Amino acid sequence: MIFKNIFGVAAIGAALMLGACNNGSEKTAAGGGGADTNTVKIGVLHSLSGTMAISEVSLKDAVQMAVDEINASGGVLGKQIEPVIVDPASNWDLFAEKSKELLIDKKVSAVFGCWTSVSRKSVLPVFEQNNGLLFYPVQYEGEESSKNIVYSGAVPNQQLIPAADYLMSPEGGGYKRFYLLGTDYVFPRTANKILKAYLLSKGIPAENIIEEYTPFHHQDYQTIVSKIKKFAVGGKSCVLSTINGDSNIPFYKEFANQGLTAVTCPIMAFSVAEDELRAMDTEFLVGHLAAWNYYQSIDLPENKKFVAAFKAYCVKKNLPGGDKRVTDDPICWAYTDVYLWANAAKKAGSFDVAKVREALLGLSFDSPAGEVKMDPKINHLAKYAMIGEIKPDGQFNVIWKSKGLIDPQPFFSLTDSVKVK
Amino acid sequence: MIQNLFSGISLGSILILISLGLSIIYGLAGIINMAHGEFLMIGAYTTYCVESLFTNTLHVHNGNLFFLVSLPVSFVIAGIAGLLLERLVIRRLYAKPLESLLATWGISLILIQLARTIFGDLTSVKMPPMLSGGWQVASDLVLPYSRLFIIGLTTVTVGLLYACLFKTRLGVQIRAVTQNRQMSACLGINTRRVDAMTFFIGSGLAGLAGCAMTLIGNVVPDMGQTYIVDSFLVVVSGGVGKLVGTIFAGLGIGLISKVLEAFFEAVYGKVLILLLMMIFLQFKPRGLFPDKGRIAED
Repeated sequence: MIFKNIFGVAAIGAALMLGACNNGSEKTAAGGGGADTNTVKIGVLHSLSGTMAISEVSLKDAVQMAVDEINASGGVLGKQIEPVIVDPASNWDLFAEKSKELLIDKKVSAVFGCWTSVSRKSVLPVFEQNNGLLFYPVQYEGEESSKNIVYSGAVPNQQLIPAADYLMSPEGGGYKRFYLLGTDYVFPRTANKILKAYLLSKGIPAENIIEEYTPFHHQDYQTIVSKIKKFAVGGKSCVLSTINGDSNIPFYKEFANQGLTAVTCPIMAFSVAEDELRAMDTEFLVGHLAAWNYYQSIDLPENKKFVAAFKAYCVKKNLPGGDKRVTDDPICWAYTDVYLWANAAKKAGSFDVAKVREALLGLSFDSPAGEVKMDPKINHLAKYAMIGEIKPDGQFNVIWKSKGLIDPQPFFSLTDSVKVK
Repeated sequence: MIQNLFSGISLGSILILISLGLSIIYGLAGIINMAHGEFLMIGAYTTYCVESLFTNTLHVHNGNLFFLVSLPVSFVIAGIAGLLLERLVIRRLYAKPLESLLATWGISLILIQLARTIFGDLTSVKMPPMLSGGWQVASDLVLPYSRLFIIGLTTVTVGLLYACLFKTRLGVQIRAVTQNRQMSACLGINTRRVDAMTFFIGSGLAGLAGCAMTLIGNVVPDMGQTYIVDSFLVVVSGGVGKLVGTIFAGLGIGLISKVLEAFFEAVYGKVLILLLMMIFLQFKPRGLFPDKGRIAED
């Protein structure tokens, strides 16, 4: 009897799992007819489980929202967009497998996805071999430009360099001493290499630049903060932080507890955005800075519409967080990406990857962050750089904006200054 | 220098707080409890829940009160979780070190994912106002109150644990079972009850540590993993089941890693401390305070 029960439970479990799988495949099978059906398929490749899920789920929601908006206004070239959503589960190898599945089995016209650089690097060969098109919405370290990837996030000269320039300018405080602090992996290492070379080229003496790294999940910032404190005694000092994820809170808490403030020594962060601040104890972060190309608080009609639509979407779809959800830089670009692709397809009159890519070059779009423009030669976006100051409610006060669109330079020659149109 | 000394003592006291429970459980049951870090996580989430309960349900907006309440609550909740673990899983795996290692590791993964599903990844506890800021000793030396509080908490906890182990009947029984399980059972000690009580106290101490950790870090599902390796280092180098060993090893590792970190980068500091530990264990494989005499033969 007991055994029977166990089998019964197992059978129900198996049936549920099969049911779940079927749902997934039915969804895609509907559009499987190819050219003669009235839909066009796109792939969504964001982690919905595992460590990266917390960041990437919001991007999936933004992509889906853009798809719903476009479909409601009649679709693209007379076709409804049908997203094929897969879950690479924060596993870099699975990213490559899932992208193969999307490109070869599902034959999607474009893929929207990835967050970490390592996931992008692992799908890059798949997209190049199968001539796919990946829209990548997150700021990254540069030193890469594939014709099969559209990079809508910032490259170093659109985020790091403007931030350094701002801090050195009289308006930003005229800082002369820089503490480069990061988590030990590829983005902070590359970012700090570029920042250091740039600061040196601007006449900052080498002894005024300190570079330091901590392991992932580092929690004890006592020693580092006391080093920063000693460093700050020299006056006109600031911290450029590429600290990642859960190490941020212990760092900011220790910083405040040892008596340092945004006035004596501000922290300019390159990896802290609204979505991360959503549930954090922001009390310790108030007054510190962050560099991005979009903030939820941007005062533009496009943005107000976007923020309201995103909150309404989260409420309507009953997503966790509901109307407390916020938008941030990667969410803005994930949303913009879908429109860039749709507009390029309209312009090309085709969903063919080569034609869409051709049409993308030089394309401009009124994004929530203001006007942006695809570079005429490479698949990168020209955009404004902005500096925001953290407010107690976890939002940013935009205190500086670049005068014009900043052209992307993925291969940033270390001595070049930022080219402003 | 004083700053480094203070940082070292502060880190050491955190390590001691986490390792105490691990050490007495390991000493008594001979089980490497891989899920020990997750009791820390349970303690931290208990603190978070107590905070939400106070602000959202009871509408008590006293930043200090909830924290004081959550200290004992997190001890009890984590202790009960430890008791359940002992009853349901570990009791069946005594004297099977490898199986219990794998089983507790599996449980730790389940607990982490469970916390992620229930709470999500972004939670933090508001710092009680009485513990924010610091004591300005000199112009360039500030001792944060939160750190001072943790040092104080560790001192009190160690004192109470000492009193419990050496002044109470239960303590005598725990020490007896730790030394020789069969003999104690022959003498009429209910070893199962002692096992259960030890698990309750050990896990509860981890929960208490978790509650204290909310003062300096945030609350994330895998926060226990960050500390479990370090606390194993403390337990192994201090000598298994030795309270005094845990205290000295905790302080020693805390001080050495902070001094190393001051001269090298944090990443290399970590590498060096592991290297030192390997060399140390070559010469003292039974830790700082090994058993002497006949009990050492077992």
